[in-house]
Amino acid sequence: MSTGLHITQGTFSYLPDLTDEEIKAQIQYGIDNGWAVAIEFTDDPHPRNVYWEMWGMPMFDIEDPAAALHEVKRCREAFPEHYIRVSLFNPALTKMTTALQFLVNRPPHEPGFRLDRQEVRDRSIRYTIHPYAADLPHGDRYRNGRE
Amino acid sequence: MDDSREVPPAMVTKGLGWSGREAPPAPPPAGPGVGEEISGRFGRGEAEERFRELEDPLREIPDETEVDVEHVVGDSRIEEVLEGLDRELVALQEVKGRIREIASLLVVDRLRRLLNLEADPPTLHMVFTGNPGTGKTTVARKMGQILYSLGYVRKGHLVSVGRDDLVGQYVGHTAPKTREVIKRAMGGVLFIDEAYHIYRVDNERDYGQETVEILLEVMENSREDLVVIMAGYKDHMDRFFHDVPGLSSRIAHHINFPDYDLDELMEIAHLMVEQQRYRFSEDAVQAFREYLGERKKQPRFANGRSVRNALDRARMRQAVRLYEAARRGRRLTKKDLVTIEAEDILASRVFEGGFYKKSVPTGER
Repeated sequence: MSTGLHITQGTFSYLPDLTDEEIKAQIQYGIDNGWAVAIEFTDDPHPRNVYWEMWGMPMFDIEDPAAALHEVKRCREAFPEHYIRVSLFNPALTKMTTALQFLVNRPPHEPGFRLDRQEVRDRSIRYTIHPYAADLPHGDRYRNGRE
Repeated sequence: MDDSREVPPAMVTKGLGWSGREAPPAPPPAGPGVGEEISGRFGRGEAEERFRELEDPLREIPDETEVDVEHVVGDSRIEEVLEGLDRELVALQEVKGRIREIASLLVVDRLRRLLNLEADPPTLHMVFTGNPGTGKTTVARKMGQILYSLGYVRKGHLVSVGRDDLVGQYVGHTAPKTREVIKRAMGGVLFIDEAYHIYRVDNERDYGQETVEILLEVMENSREDLVVIMAGYKDHMDRFFHDVPGLSSRIAHHINFPDYDLDELMEIAHLMVEQQRYRFSEDAVQAFREYLGERKKQPRFANGRSVRNALDRARMRQAVRLYEAARRGRRLTKKDLVTIEAEDILASRVFEGGFYKKSVPTGER
């Protein structure tokens, strides 16, 4: 059986998944810089999916990363088989952008992607990445056939 | 693995969802051990346990091993903290004793940790009860700093809230509001003044119940992240604990703030006068003592707060006296400006039978 495709994305896409302690250290770094902490989740693994759902409000005034990790844990509890990511938003006047973003949760089994080829005029080929997970409707993905 | 089904990893892994045009700022190193032993799942379960194993191989340490007490004590600034308390707070032996206990426990904990003897962090949630003006709020405000210098809390800030900050106005409003406040206080101290207002037992549609439930959960499960201090008048707090079973037992430290006696009140007065850079004349000391003796007998005496109010009024009378004197052509010296005389105190209404006595016409004084 295929082990699927381990999706990585964001600032630490080159690293193995962070542990809770490491997540805390990253959030502390953001807090020290005055960045807001947001938690988002989705079950659509497509790389071009930018519409993640927010878990609660962004946290603008926390002093300690334990608060954000507390929310991460609550989100994992509610969506154990979704992708969850933490975004640190830099609100400085000249930046106003996400400064740091990383995954903090993933489904236990990630089936991966299929490459679709579409033959168009003059035998040109167009390519599409199709996540196998997206074959199922939203909310039913990553259940591994469970009811 | 069936490779034909897969896209080359590079296509999916490269900067997914990263929209920034500029390079992300250099993040701090992601922590020890990354890329070595830990892989796969996120910090839940196996990976985390693996981590601990790496860090802390169960070593056998003989019972006779000595620990460096002096180093740890010096490191934690405990003596400094306790001295500061003695200097700034009059009386309140019970409070100081309790802080000394907590301090000792934290030192011993640290020593034990040197020898790999782990124990759960102690519960430090507290309730302060006592009459008005006995120093509950003052001590709570100091507590954040104290626990921080003892190394119990990570940040040491104090978030002071009342009912309005915790309880929402409509259905579904309370939980997020309470959680928001709790998150803000994490790493420090959450101070709830007059906590009994949170829960109104006579109104069953009150949303305070929800707040209490969330608080209970957090006090139990996030002990190492936050210290909750509640303060309030004794009888009200007792009723509150009676109405909310399970709260009282989750709070390890119930500290009662007794009323001050006359000597202690005088000591407080001296401290306050000194802080404001005034001085009592010798007669004034005597007069203020008499004043306090009288005032204590009258209703609505508020200990430290009454002392402060009396001093404020005395300052005002002194100011009037000096101003009048200056208008009559008297030269004022520094000594005049810093000295509170007996007459500034004796002019108080307290000596005429009191603030609340109806027969006394209310005049300027």
